[in-house]
Amino acid sequence: MKQSNVIWVVVMLLAGVYLSWRAVSYQAGAVYVAPKIVADADSGKSFTTWSKVPSVESSNPGVEISWPRTLGIWLSALFTLAIFSFLFGDNVVYKVAESIFVGSSAAYAMVVGFWSAFMGIFVAQLAPQFSQNTFMPGDDRTEPEWLMLIPLAMGIMFLWRLMPAGGWISRWPLAFFIAVFAGLRLVSHFEADFVVQIKSTILPLIVFAEDGAFDLKTSLWNSTMVLGTLCCLTYFFFSVEHTGVVGKISRVGIYLLMITFGVGFALTVMSRYSLLIGRMNFLLKDWLNLG
Amino acid sequence: MLKRTVPLIIASIVGIVLILAKFSPPIQSWETEVVMWFDILAVFAFVLGAGNLNLNNLKKISERKAGWGYAAITLLAFWITLICGIGKLGVPPNEQYLGYAWSGSFEAEGSAFWWIFNYVYVPLASTMFATLAFYISSAAFRAFRANNVEASLLLLTALVVLVSQTSSGPMLSDLIPEESTWAIFKIDTIRGVLVNLFNTLGTRAVMIGIALGVVSTSLKVLMGVDQSYLGGD
Repeated sequence: MKQSNVIWVVVMLLAGVYLSWRAVSYQAGAVYVAPKIVADADSGKSFTTWSKVPSVESSNPGVEISWPRTLGIWLSALFTLAIFSFLFGDNVVYKVAESIFVGSSAAYAMVVGFWSAFMGIFVAQLAPQFSQNTFMPGDDRTEPEWLMLIPLAMGIMFLWRLMPAGGWISRWPLAFFIAVFAGLRLVSHFEADFVVQIKSTILPLIVFAEDGAFDLKTSLWNSTMVLGTLCCLTYFFFSVEHTGVVGKISRVGIYLLMITFGVGFALTVMSRYSLLIGRMNFLLKDWLNLG
Repeated sequence: MLKRTVPLIIASIVGIVLILAKFSPPIQSWETEVVMWFDILAVFAFVLGAGNLNLNNLKKISERKAGWGYAAITLLAFWITLICGIGKLGVPPNEQYLGYAWSGSFEAEGSAFWWIFNYVYVPLASTMFATLAFYISSAAFRAFRANNVEASLLLLTALVVLVSQTSSGPMLSDLIPEESTWAIFKIDTIRGVLVNLFNTLGTRAVMIGIALGVVSTSLKVLMGVDQSYLGGD
């Protein structure tokens, strides 16, 4: 066996021994739950739901350890370590975790779409009686919305792509799909990213305070905002050659954009680090019960 | 005709009607209706995506291609999550409608789907993004070189913002009194100017550019100039 492999086996064994000791001695990853009984006097039916409680309340009456949630914490911890193992290089453990992520995230999106759009909108409107008798008892719709047959027809045409012949029919719903997206985006982007941004940039360059005195700070701030935005826009304006005065203005624009990218980079790094800290917190506190 | 012209006509009419609906109160409700259809159609698109995922992975497994075991794991994770979510396994009924077994939310606490989301999906997703902290740092260390004014500005700005965000960062300028003229050089103040002024103006210019790009691309699609979404033949 290679020396590096021997070292890894020893490290893994030691980690396993430590985790076993931690699990037994400090109940690492243990999640406690308290019951809540929900009863309906009219129908006489009742059921129990369980909510998580802090581990300090573990000795309270009715509070008990939840094995599915405890197993979940251990599994989450192992998945976290599996993903982090990629930092040492591609390996089997990482690939297994990655495959599970791909499968579960695809199914997650499907489930959300199924319950929120397909059942929540389509079935609820097309078959209100059925939906009220099963999954949406509080809904007050009475008549079926026959217009919902249109998206059904388009959906079937969409799936026609999987058929050996006539796959072109899926272009019709695809065209609708693209058109809705384009139509909505056109107006929303124009409104939020164009009109609103320009409106916010139209600021007074010389500002006076309420007592009539010249407000240098706000004037400087507004002037930089207006002129800086114009400089950056000049850099993106390719209809004029960037020489002479235009070249100089666009040069200032580049410098300002570099500052923007610097801030953007720093904020991205910070957000990634906060996620990392979150995972470390989970491993050390929620899982290993340290601190 | 049916293969190319009709889809182009559908795209133009639907898109233009949606734009007009924004400005015409009598037909404004059409937008809501069409968005609902869009959401329903998106579910069918998910089915198509799931079909492709299953076909590709099953092919990989049946042909015993390299990594077929991972394909099997992907499919297993997919089907377990799907069955738990669509079947509402372990979902208690809504507290107001106890007589209706299916009335609970598919994401209800304690259900199988909730368990998968919290203990499988969330840790995997957040750790995936957390690992980027290492790669983004290492890439920055290797790529950032202050060899011209632009790169120096980027580097210096990132450094100031990063340092000011740490708990000990503001201590670097603690010696400068709050009320003095030099207070503008306090690291917190510099950070405020960088983030709230320079970052805003640069982002604003970029956003205006993006908006114009989106508008022109959308118009090209709606006018039938861009037909790339229809594919070949």
